[in-house]
Amino acid sequence: MEEQGNLLEIRDLAVEYHTDEATIYAVNHIGLTVKKGETIGLVGETGAGKTSIARSILGILPMPPAKIVSGEILYRGNELLRLPEREMRKIRGNKIAMIFQDPMTALNPIETVGFQIAETIRQHDSVSQVEANRRACDMLEMVGIAMGRFGDFPHQFSGGMKQRVVIAMALACNPELLLADEPTTALDVTIQAQVLEMMQSLRERLETSVMLITHDLGVVSEFCDSVAVVYAGEIVERGTVEDIFDRPGHPYTLGLFGSLPRLDATERRLKPIKGRMPDPTNVPEGCRFCDRCPRAEDRCSKSPPAESEIAPGHAVKCFFAPQR
Amino acid sequence: MPALLEVQDLKKYFRTGSGMLHAVDGINFSLEAGKTLGVVGESGCGKSTLGRTILHLLDATGGRMSFDGEDITNPKRAELRGLREKMQIIFQDPYSSLDPRKSVGETIMEPLKIQGALPKGDMIAETRRLMDSVGLAARFENSYPHELDGGRRQRIGIARALSLNPKFIVCDEPVSALDVSIQAQIINLMLDLQEERGLTYMFVTHDLSVVKYISDDIMVMYLGQMVEMAPADELFRDTRHPYTKALLSAIPIPGIHGKTKRILLRGEITSPINPGPGCRFMARCRHASEGCSQPQTLEECSPGHFVACHIHGEIV
Repeated sequence: MEEQGNLLEIRDLAVEYHTDEATIYAVNHIGLTVKKGETIGLVGETGAGKTSIARSILGILPMPPAKIVSGEILYRGNELLRLPEREMRKIRGNKIAMIFQDPMTALNPIETVGFQIAETIRQHDSVSQVEANRRACDMLEMVGIAMGRFGDFPHQFSGGMKQRVVIAMALACNPELLLADEPTTALDVTIQAQVLEMMQSLRERLETSVMLITHDLGVVSEFCDSVAVVYAGEIVERGTVEDIFDRPGHPYTLGLFGSLPRLDATERRLKPIKGRMPDPTNVPEGCRFCDRCPRAEDRCSKSPPAESEIAPGHAVKCFFAPQR
Repeated sequence: MPALLEVQDLKKYFRTGSGMLHAVDGINFSLEAGKTLGVVGESGCGKSTLGRTILHLLDATGGRMSFDGEDITNPKRAELRGLREKMQIIFQDPYSSLDPRKSVGETIMEPLKIQGALPKGDMIAETRRLMDSVGLAARFENSYPHELDGGRRQRIGIARALSLNPKFIVCDEPVSALDVSIQAQIINLMLDLQEERGLTYMFVTHDLSVVKYISDDIMVMYLGQMVEMAPADELFRDTRHPYTKALLSAIPIPGIHGKTKRILLRGEITSPINPGPGCRFMARCRHASEGCSQPQTLEECSPGHFVACHIHGEIV
């Protein structure tokens, strides 16, 4: 059953958040695979469930209120969701690492950056402090920070530099899979360009697989091999970047492109998607995009469409998806 | 057409422990009624401070400003009050710019109350009219900000800014906190309102695709100074300043064909505290040469296109 080359496989994952007032259906039975060396982009709007997916993989969902109600996450064939915490700690930060959106809060303000990177290394590899420090220096160099800044504290760095430190820390143990949650969203474009360029070259050098979570379609088109479009807790379309950008199949994907102000635009108005994402405590019975969809018919509100593959590897969750 | 807003050599410095921070340092421009000036630059370049200084939310350190033919450099208290009816602001963060204890209706009505020109019944009617014009359903009148999503909150901010029928609005990153599908709704709304009411916008943002979309002219700022200003299309077509070039090339284009070569900048934005007299971009510029340590003058290289770089004609 296990396909050759799949580093990570998510099957039928469903995550709910239970509060006193309501149940939030954050991730609704999604499936996803990440191949060795592949960069996959998870695109979607705030509240679509992207971060819940990433946190499920690492086993760092806040439980409670979160609850994984179904699904399996296979990493090299091992089911992560049933792994005892002791075992999970050997994988987390070592084999699978995560970069968070906000570099300002991801670092400990009262330890030097060098110490924090070395600490990560010592956590997973039994090496001496001297050896860990040496490797931490190498990591800093690799992300373009002078070794001399090993002993500096986070507040002495700018936003872009801090994000480099966070990346150095995430890559310190040579992870096989890097989960990057909006790694450049808090940065200016010129700094974003530097950070993406750096991640690109590191990825090539270290052959790390990357799951890039973002709402920026521009970043996706430049950085990813494949894309999964997430809407209201579901993957509504997945395929290669070429599939998604040249032959988008789901009305939501098309709507996203229509909403983007483009540099080559000539029209005086954008074409936004009407309305807003459904309330996650009260999701529609049928297709979750139905209320906003320009093509919606009766059947769309009655039952959810199944995912259909419109070309090899290009799947769309819509009744109107062209059949193969 | 006479300019609605004219700004000459505007300066805003902040005193800090380590010296004078030159947030806005000698900005000149004029803005015609009904037009949109986009102001772009990276965090810390002074673009928000520029907007706030023009609105007298901050006191200018130097320079002159005139609005609608009148000098507004040092308005008296009473004049300032009149001015605030004509000049408004929409803030970036619809989460923190609204009073959490005021309902939508109260929030939008507040400026009308302070103005005190209308009887209560008319104020309520006007509030409903404003809500309708920004696309807020009447049923939200008694809702509180925490009950609404970002797009609807930003609509409240817009309705409130419009309530006294201003001529000029500073839009400080009004769509940066919103998702693309909602962002597009708000941008379209702002364009519609501009057409209906003949509004003049100063649109401050770091998002270059948004700014190209809605601006007539674009000003690029770097460390408190204007490095380039041009009509929107021309800025992208005939980019002159090395900083503008790098900035434009850094935008990730959502498409997989025809990638342009990216100009990667070295280092990060330098400190705006006690800057030297020369070009402030020099430290990161790959064309930097000796002449760059001299003060750069703004040159009009074609009608309406200004650039502050002494070698702009020689670089490609």
